Amino acid sequence: MGKRRPVSYYLLSLFFAAFLLFLYGPMICVYLLSFQGPEGGMSFPMRGFSTVWFETLFKPGGRGVGDIHNSFFRSMRMAAIVAVLTMLIGVAAGMSFRRRYPGANFVFYSAITSMVVPGILVGFGISLALNVLGLRPDWWYSGIGAQLTWSLPFALLIMFIIMGRFDRSYEEAATDLGATSRQRFQYVILPLILPGIIGIMMAGFTSSYEEAARGALNIGTGNTMPMELTALLGAATTPVMFAIGTLTTLFMFVTVIGTLLITMSLARRRQLRLVAQPA
Amino acid sequence: MKIDVDFNSKKVAADTDGPAASPEAAMKYDVEMVSVSKVYDGGAKAVDEISLRIPKASYCCLLGPSGCGKTTTLRMMAGHETVSDGDILIHNRNITDAPPAERGTSMMFQSYALFPHLSALDNVAFSLKLKGVKKAERHAQAMEYLTLVQMEALAHRMPGQLSGGQQQRVALARSLITRPKVLLLDEPLSALDPFLRVMMRTELKRIQTELGITFVHVTHSQEEALALSDVMVVMNGGKIMQAGTAREVFETPGNSFVAKFIGGHNVIERDGKTFSIRADKCRLIESAGGQQMVATVTTVEYQGSQVRINLRSDSGQDLTTLLSDTRYFDDPPKRGERVIMSWLAEDEWPLAAA
Repeated sequence: MGKRRPVSYYLLSLFFAAFLLFLYGPMICVYLLSFQGPEGGMSFPMRGFSTVWFETLFKPGGRGVGDIHNSFFRSMRMAAIVAVLTMLIGVAAGMSFRRRYPGANFVFYSAITSMVVPGILVGFGISLALNVLGLRPDWWYSGIGAQLTWSLPFALLIMFIIMGRFDRSYEEAATDLGATSRQRFQYVILPLILPGIIGIMMAGFTSSYEEAARGALNIGTGNTMPMELTALLGAATTPVMFAIGTLTTLFMFVTVIGTLLITMSLARRRQLRLVAQPA
Repeated sequence: MKIDVDFNSKKVAADTDGPAASPEAAMKYDVEMVSVSKVYDGGAKAVDEISLRIPKASYCCLLGPSGCGKTTTLRMMAGHETVSDGDILIHNRNITDAPPAERGTSMMFQSYALFPHLSALDNVAFSLKLKGVKKAERHAQAMEYLTLVQMEALAHRMPGQLSGGQQQRVALARSLITRPKVLLLDEPLSALDPFLRVMMRTELKRIQTELGITFVHVTHSQEEALALSDVMVVMNGGKIMQAGTAREVFETPGNSFVAKFIGGHNVIERDGKTFSIRADKCRLIESAGGQQMVATVTTVEYQGSQVRINLRSDSGQDLTTLLSDTRYFDDPPKRGERVIMSWLAEDEWPLAAA
């Protein structure tokens, strides 16, 4: 208190403010324009204020809406499956690194490589391979597989962070008390890393939901949300696009906040159990 | 005084010479280690062919500087570290390759390793839960053990809400509920403040005596080992330097390492021979017929009933004298003063080179 802050403090604060402006400024424009009046166009100025574009969005065969409803459900379905698979495979792979095994380095570096290789090439490669094999791409195998090449490396890295902080003596104590490896995982490791596992599911969900580069060529017929949005943007004529933007943002916020609340209630449940049984 | 009598009567045979000859003899021991080694992948030898017998129901301390192999030895007994060579027997059964839970041992970890998501009660009941014991039954049993360690009032607290000393009591109860034949403690007191350390030390000894099982306690504190041990094992460089009762080790150190590490001894080299002399047997007066050395006082530490005087001899050797406070204040030597340190030849204890 009372101490003068250095000049760098103000410079960095300014930089941070600029960062916030660039991050949220455009988004706020989108949200505002989604409430454009019926006569309004794709850009400022606002001509009145209405929810007509939201109505258009939910009207069957609304102008400029395209196949957005179906693609939303397709995306949701894929994201949910990818989230669960990412969690299962990522946790298992992360646990495998608790012990050194032959090929551990290969597994690790190949995972990192798939983060580095441009997504569009991965997607193209998968599609080529399918072609050679004479298979038709479909969302439930090649689509999900292509997205997993993106989400799994993240899951593995998150697991490294989680397990890196995990005190090995918990496992040893459990073993010492007679736990089998299954009991050790179920009663000790899993409850302790549960918030991290929820985090991995979230990462899997969002990376699938917004992914297009790898999935595009491999999901067969029927666009996903990001693909449909790209298509609509190319032919954009009405502010209904912005209404979609506002709603998807709202949806993602609800998902993220919901997950946070679940994680927090897990922590609170422990506290509640304490209060219920006063010492 | 009582303790002294106890030590005299209990001459423990903590010999280090190979396995028991007859099965009858073997039954006297809770733990036997037969030329056990631990070699790591890189070729580093953490434990080098140690042999040790721990008699029934004794309090055994493994004492040594860090990196001496004491914790590795303990972890091999527990089954958390594989044995490279040799055999470990507990209650005359070879458990060298047995899984940790089937050895009759239980380990208390240095960090206590209490499961942070379980209450004290559930932590203690954990091993019973694994065995499929019903909730009411396992909680009742866990409560008994929490009572043994005087933690019944805080049974429903989470580990994060307990102090270090309280966590340790819970960890102790969690280990004891498995009814181990041998309890293994990895530096159990090192995380506590000095006051608690002495209190918990007494507590550990009480519980060990009450249960009548063997405790193997790893420590780097000489004071702790002297206070607790029935069998004291001094280790260095992966080898056992000396094993015996605390009194044997203190009064008749096996080599100069032991004499120096255990503290309270001057290790003096003269005419090519090494011997130790207890600091409390040294005086700062000329004694007729005694042994003596001229030295300069470097520091004086008042310790209450005793005063510790650190000296440097003319030949550059560091020496220590412990004087009773009355003797010190009769004629207090000053820093930098030249004095004569003397002792009786009969108090010298010859040492093998370490």
